[in-house]
Amino acid sequence: MKRVKGGEEGSNGSCSKSPPPDARKKVRRELSEASEVVPASDVSEYDWSRLPQELLLHIFQYLPLLDRAYASQVCRGWNQAFHMPELWRCFEFELNQPASSYLKATHPDLIKQIIKRHSNHLQYVSFKVDSSTESAEAACDILSQLVNCSLKTLGLISTARPSFMEVPKVESSFTRTIIASFLSVCKAKNTNTIVTKQKGILCVADQCHGLRELALNYHLLSDELLLALSSEKHVHLEHLRIDVVSENPGQHFHTIKKSSWDAMVRHSPKFNLVMYFFLYEDEFGPFFNEEIPVTHLYFGRSVSKEVLGRVGLHCPRLVELVVCANGLRPLDEELIRIAKHCTQLSAIGLGECEVSCSAFVEFVKMCGRRLSQLSIMEEVLIPDHKYSLDEIHWEVSKHLGRVWFPDMMPTW
Amino acid sequence: MLLYFRALPHLLAADRRRSHSLSVLLRPSFLFRGPIVLQGGKGPAALTLWMLFNCLFQTNMAPNSIHWFRKGLRLHDNPALREAVRGAGTVRCVYFLDPWFAGSSNVGVNRWSRFQIQNFRNFSNQIRLVSQEWKISRLTFEYDSEPFGKERDAAIKKLAMEAGVEVIVKISHTLYDLDKIIELNGGQPPLTYKRFQTLISRLDPPEMPVEPLSDTLMGCCVTPVSEDHGEKYGVPSLEELGFDTEGLPTAVWPGGETEALTRIERHLERKAWVANFERPRMNANSLLASPTGLSPYLRFGCLSCRLFYFKLTDLYRKVKKNSSPPLSLYGQLLWREFFYTAATNNPRFDKMEGNPICVRIPWDKNPEALAKWAEARTGFPWIDAIMSQLRQEGWIHHLARHAVACFLTRGDLWISWEEGMKVFEELLLDADWSVNAGSWMWLSCSSFFQQFFHCYCPVGFGRRTDPNGDFIRRYLPILRGFPAKFIYDPWNAPESVQAAAKCIIGVHYPKPMVHHAEASRLNIERMKQIYQQLSRYRGLGLLASVPSTNGNGNGGMMSYSPGEQQPGTNNNNNNNNSHCKSRFNPAEAIFFFS
Repeated sequence: MKRVKGGEEGSNGSCSKSPPPDARKKVRRELSEASEVVPASDVSEYDWSRLPQELLLHIFQYLPLLDRAYASQVCRGWNQAFHMPELWRCFEFELNQPASSYLKATHPDLIKQIIKRHSNHLQYVSFKVDSSTESAEAACDILSQLVNCSLKTLGLISTARPSFMEVPKVESSFTRTIIASFLSVCKAKNTNTIVTKQKGILCVADQCHGLRELALNYHLLSDELLLALSSEKHVHLEHLRIDVVSENPGQHFHTIKKSSWDAMVRHSPKFNLVMYFFLYEDEFGPFFNEEIPVTHLYFGRSVSKEVLGRVGLHCPRLVELVVCANGLRPLDEELIRIAKHCTQLSAIGLGECEVSCSAFVEFVKMCGRRLSQLSIMEEVLIPDHKYSLDEIHWEVSKHLGRVWFPDMMPTW
Repeated sequence: MLLYFRALPHLLAADRRRSHSLSVLLRPSFLFRGPIVLQGGKGPAALTLWMLFNCLFQTNMAPNSIHWFRKGLRLHDNPALREAVRGAGTVRCVYFLDPWFAGSSNVGVNRWSRFQIQNFRNFSNQIRLVSQEWKISRLTFEYDSEPFGKERDAAIKKLAMEAGVEVIVKISHTLYDLDKIIELNGGQPPLTYKRFQTLISRLDPPEMPVEPLSDTLMGCCVTPVSEDHGEKYGVPSLEELGFDTEGLPTAVWPGGETEALTRIERHLERKAWVANFERPRMNANSLLASPTGLSPYLRFGCLSCRLFYFKLTDLYRKVKKNSSPPLSLYGQLLWREFFYTAATNNPRFDKMEGNPICVRIPWDKNPEALAKWAEARTGFPWIDAIMSQLRQEGWIHHLARHAVACFLTRGDLWISWEEGMKVFEELLLDADWSVNAGSWMWLSCSSFFQQFFHCYCPVGFGRRTDPNGDFIRRYLPILRGFPAKFIYDPWNAPESVQAAAKCIIGVHYPKPMVHHAEASRLNIERMKQIYQQLSRYRGLGLLASVPSTNGNGNGGMMSYSPGEQQPGTNNNNNNNNSHCKSRFNPAEAIFFFS
């Protein structure tokens, strides 16, 4: 493969500013006039349009969509490259109403083009939708047109703005409509209307055997769903993201049986379970009483010492633990327990918590170098008789094998 | 012949909120007789000083100096002032009363330029008259490290040189010579506090504060003060400036150098008594204004940072028997220094667009929500109490600042930190340009490699700090009747409790303006996606999304990538076991990190 020289932008394959055809000819002429070293026969090599498609594809993969789109306007060859299937495996549709959202929506023409030319190529699709019904309808509309896609991933994310207390939640209705639409896409066997949301997602799982990733709210999760996802005909699930959000204090959450989780793990041993909790402290009752294969855990609000203790006992597959706030009692024992039982733990973040310096050093010693992310707010560490704040970072750095400091906040 | 315009009142629009900032400035603080207070901003300053110089040379007589006060409003540790006095025949101290504090962008352009022009015209006439009398040949001032300050001073210097006036500038507003720190870091300011600490530990310690100005130092130097000085050049009162002072409570933070020096003694006494110099634990009392608080005085220079530094050092050595003080002892001073250093070469430090160190985050534009936050009407008592304290007194505890900043930006409202910064600029006594902008960027996770996972809950954080809720009752009297159980989330209180408290939520006190759980979930997702695009991280972890610094605290140069990311096979720095081929990122996260 000949390396093509010349042109103003040499580095990184950034083609976005490449000259239009006429200018290229001009450049070619200038170059051939200017250079004495290069023999005349090589002049014809300075032609961007003769760049092999494989190279073009590789370069285009580095470009963001907008730049690629500009590049595709340059010539037919580049336009062809732009439409190569490899570049259209994934797409995220963003559907917002301009009046209420700062976020830009995917251009309707682009959507049309994708549906027309690339619906066969799409494998990973995500919808980001705000809380308006128009956006939800648009999303359903797109889905229904993606007839022949072999979707491996369907992401349903609502980017609804923080809702005011009186407005009913839109996400549930959105999810329902999306699922309903999706069913028609997947040529569902029965066309009964969906009675409950849980049943709906179940149908999705039943129909989409190629589903590798799923993101949903906890109230959509059920034992049946997990079993459906771990049935033989289903491919290995790679990633399940669950958000547990409390709408009102004292809300009750259902439990998932350990056997369902076990089935999941048996079926997809490498799958990642990401759980984000936004609960009041007293709503954790149904959680972490039995073993659960969670890998990434985030507590967005305060979580009690006791619950963290249970996490230590029941989450052997834990890879990342992030705690926003705990309170004013030291988490020494809980951390040590986590270090002991969560042997895969490689990332931990502690916000408004307290840990004594000695316990923290012990924790780091037990985890050792597998801790690639250690983000501890400075206020978390309580100096004790063994270590002061200034000494602790040396100890920790020693055990981690790299220089480490706690996170700081400005005090002014 | 009055040097300020009577027409000012309508221009200043009787803005009470600015009043206490100014009151710090204007309380008679000068031990020096006869400071000369002139009205105006940057433009008039330049012209005025030029007029002042543009006169006669001293050939055989002792020079006539002008010392130009901007910050550094003190007699102690003021090397530039000493230079003004050194061997001089006469010295005059000049201060330009700039109610908007150069750099503030709060005023509409029209108002500002009209104000300037009118001042300008008035000045040029009056100064022409006085300059002939004064015969200035030396100008001294304290070094101002902020970018527009440097620009203004360069212009002044040039004018002065042309007029044959000697210009002497001394560093005393910061502990160190900031350019040296930057030089030591390879020409870039350090972007992590740890890196900053490492660098300064390599420098020589700060220079000792110089002796305060005294009669001996003055020697034969005099300040000519005429009979009608007060009328011509006196410090105007707040009323004269057009502020409505009716009903203004007594200042919680009395201004001036005298007060500052008293406070520092109290501050050190308390530290010695506590005797362990550890970071004091936060409790309910810490939220209230302390009689030993020093930050506003440091901002205006009523207290010299170097004096503070050396007094702390002395005290530590005395109490801990000569051991070497740790850097954490000087925390407050060093943070200030850190932000000054970060800002000194960056004129766009207080903006998101065009600021090389700021992540471009697609904040929402929501003036209504911003107003609710600024005016303490969010419906979250913790937030509202803090903002009320800020508005009334001009100071809030730094953890309170974190709470309200997080709420406005990455926590709940998703509004730009620039808006919050402007509100603080107006209301907060110790918010000078560099420190305010830097802190806001830090707290909104827009810069400085901050992890964004820790969200300050507008209910829980306050409750943990002050379980009884006294702080809330003090600043939000309407909620006084609520028991501690519900005072942080009164909307959850049953109707009977609300009725008993004589405060129905939604009627007497607003309902909460956001659903915190939903808002924080959404926002953490947004931050994660923005940072994932920044660091090209494709994994599932939250912590790994934030790019880490390489050792020199400068960060790597991240590539510019607007539009959609191709989930690629290109790998990244993260060694997490999972990677996810289809993690999408929003098209809006445009950034440029250096």
